[in-house]
Amino acid sequence: MSTKSASLWAKHAIFEKHSSILLLGVLLVISIGGLVEIVPLFYLKSTIETVEGVRPYSPLELAGRKIYVREGCYNCHSQMVRPLRDEVERYGHYSLAAESMYDHPFQWGSKRTGPDLARVGGKYSDLWQAEHLANPRAVVPASIMPGYPWLAQTRLDAKHIAKDMKVLRLEGVPYTDEMIASAQDDLAAQINPDADTDALMKRYPKAQVRDFDGNPGLVSEADALIAYLQMLGTLVDFKLYDNKANVR
Amino acid sequence: MPTAPAPTSLPRKSMTNGEMLLLVVFALLALLSIAVMAKAHTSAYGFHAFLFAAASIASVFAIGNRYMDRPAELPPQTINGLPNYNMAPVKVATLLAVFWGIAGFLVGVVIALQLAFPVLNLDLPWTAFGRLRPLHTSAVIFAFGGNVLIGTSFYVVQRTCHARLAGDLAPWFVVLGYNFFILVAGTGYLLGITQGKEYAEPEWYSDLFLTVVWVTYFLVFLVTILKRKEPHIYVANWFYLAFIVTIAVLHLGNNATVPVSLFSPQSYIVWSGVQDAMVQWWYGHNAVGFFLTAGFLALMYYFIPKRANRPVYSYRLSIVHFWALIFLYIWAGPHHLHYTALPDWAQTLGMTFSIMLWMPSWGGMINGLMTLSGAWDKLRTDPVIRMMVVSVAFYGMSTFEGPMMSVKAVNSLSHYTEWTIGHVHSGALGWVAYISFGAIYCLVPWLWHKKEMYSLKAINWHFWISTLGIVLYISSMWVAGILQGLMWRAYTSLGFLEYSFIETVEAMHPLYVIRALGGILFLAGALIMAWNVVMTIRKAEPETAANTAGLTLAPAE
Repeated sequence: MSTKSASLWAKHAIFEKHSSILLLGVLLVISIGGLVEIVPLFYLKSTIETVEGVRPYSPLELAGRKIYVREGCYNCHSQMVRPLRDEVERYGHYSLAAESMYDHPFQWGSKRTGPDLARVGGKYSDLWQAEHLANPRAVVPASIMPGYPWLAQTRLDAKHIAKDMKVLRLEGVPYTDEMIASAQDDLAAQINPDADTDALMKRYPKAQVRDFDGNPGLVSEADALIAYLQMLGTLVDFKLYDNKANVR
Repeated sequence: MPTAPAPTSLPRKSMTNGEMLLLVVFALLALLSIAVMAKAHTSAYGFHAFLFAAASIASVFAIGNRYMDRPAELPPQTINGLPNYNMAPVKVATLLAVFWGIAGFLVGVVIALQLAFPVLNLDLPWTAFGRLRPLHTSAVIFAFGGNVLIGTSFYVVQRTCHARLAGDLAPWFVVLGYNFFILVAGTGYLLGITQGKEYAEPEWYSDLFLTVVWVTYFLVFLVTILKRKEPHIYVANWFYLAFIVTIAVLHLGNNATVPVSLFSPQSYIVWSGVQDAMVQWWYGHNAVGFFLTAGFLALMYYFIPKRANRPVYSYRLSIVHFWALIFLYIWAGPHHLHYTALPDWAQTLGMTFSIMLWMPSWGGMINGLMTLSGAWDKLRTDPVIRMMVVSVAFYGMSTFEGPMMSVKAVNSLSHYTEWTIGHVHSGALGWVAYISFGAIYCLVPWLWHKKEMYSLKAINWHFWISTLGIVLYISSMWVAGILQGLMWRAYTSLGFLEYSFIETVEAMHPLYVIRALGGILFLAGALIMAWNVVMTIRKAEPETAANTAGLTLAPAE
């Protein structure tokens, strides 16, 4: 061992003898990777494609999304179709970053104990969804999903939903004053097939209006959750989407 | 006539600043919690406010009682020139680790059985898989792992610095406060309070409370190092320090939320979509890298040399290993997002650094294993050494498997499948739990002044039963994951997808049963450990002066 290299090793003593220098060294070393990988995502324009159709969630869909998160659906269902042949054929067009740009938090998931749900909207009827939530094995005998029978019996508690929208606006979701002011009306209208929905449809294009859980007497948690599931992946019209327009 | 000696006045007893501060803080927190309880938007949140109020009031009484009972002088830093170690918080954390370990393994067995037999979800909100799975992950990672890390770090930092733990109430606040956080987080999942980010499910108020606990933890640890009598900071403490600091940074970054109201448990993370995904897996992967790796490598660097009575194999390797590991780990997060909407450049960086990470990981493994040089015979005679050595071997195996799975081509098959679950458990059961069991088997006799654990035979049983459990677990999940991945992408000769999704679910059933069996064996092993710990404390032979000799450890150099 030459004395030169021995002295290099000895220099490490500075970290071993001064806790503050060790601390600074650790902070510096652990900062680099995170900064390089995260910060550019906020300013590189290529991160999120320009796409027609993506809009903030309607109040009912947002309430449904909260139930999706509350029940931990993300533990078994992804919402991210990868650009692989079998996935595109099984689930539909691969997911775009833009499709989840208003998702706080993102729900891409990490595990497919059940199938991907990024494009589940419109794949099954409301009735199927309602029965499947209440007792999955009634419609898919081999399913291993838990039953959620209480969702259809629990009144949806969304009286504070406008507050949720205000917080989301603060974080960059383009909810307008008008959207926030009419949150309760919009929520009631989306679930009532007889309501005047012009204003709702203008604010939330492609919003689906109907009684989702088949029980008009109760605005239930199942109504909100099914409204959310039925809109997943339906906002972007992929017949019109031009992938090459986003190549930079 | 001899004069009577003047009555010497006892030193006047007064509250320390810490006692006064904590009394005021807890009294205010109790008032705030009661106010929140009265106006809570949901009953679940009201229940949590009640827990905070009850714990705050209990703390006020506990601090008051402790003050009344304690002598005027705080415990001395040294007695007869030897450090007066503060081991009571370590004892509590060690016992809580055993308790939470068993609770976490039990919930793991329950959810494993739910996947095999879905009727066990019971159609109730608080027993459904989606709520129990975060309970399992948090219980094993943060409750079991966290108590092991806090307990051992408080032990190791005192012994290697030859200094009493800093603070009087602060170490208690760390141990009890951390476990209160676990209680709030865990009951929250069952009641449906979650922010929906994996391994970071607790909502904003639990996160804020944990931040205060964690900063206190950092200060207790750092100030103890500052008080050290040794010139050098021992290598285990570098790893503990990196773990504590980095977890603080990750926690703040991934829990940057805006609450809807003081009276609502709901908050929204400021990040969204692709950026949120990146921040989440920067956090998520480094919870693995710093909580489950750096922290437990500190255990390896203290307990293996100590138990084997051999010095750490290579001081230089530990330097290279330390800096390379903490530098490279932080980059690895994007490998959780291969082929997603995360930009390709970030995926490529994540993959590249994950592969490079293989080297420092194996550097650490070699340093741990080769510490046994000249003491390999102990592998045969000492089941505790055997457990720790096998743990390091599992560390080596899963840190090879991880880089392999981070290669995009492999990941396209393995992602979203049970292979990931198998990989995680070879690390979690094989590495983290085994090094923790080894440390507990070392610590319990040391802390309670016993010669040795009550039954070495029971440790042997624990080792073999749980090893069998691990083998069943990971091999069934490897088969399940690869089968699942292949079935998803299988095509018929006519070019159609061969299997519907539900057929791939059905194919999992026998493997889920085997996995649950593996989990049951692992749980059985832990129950044997719990019995052994209780018997050691109650009945084991006390240590004698002869076997306390030579309990000091050389510094890193």
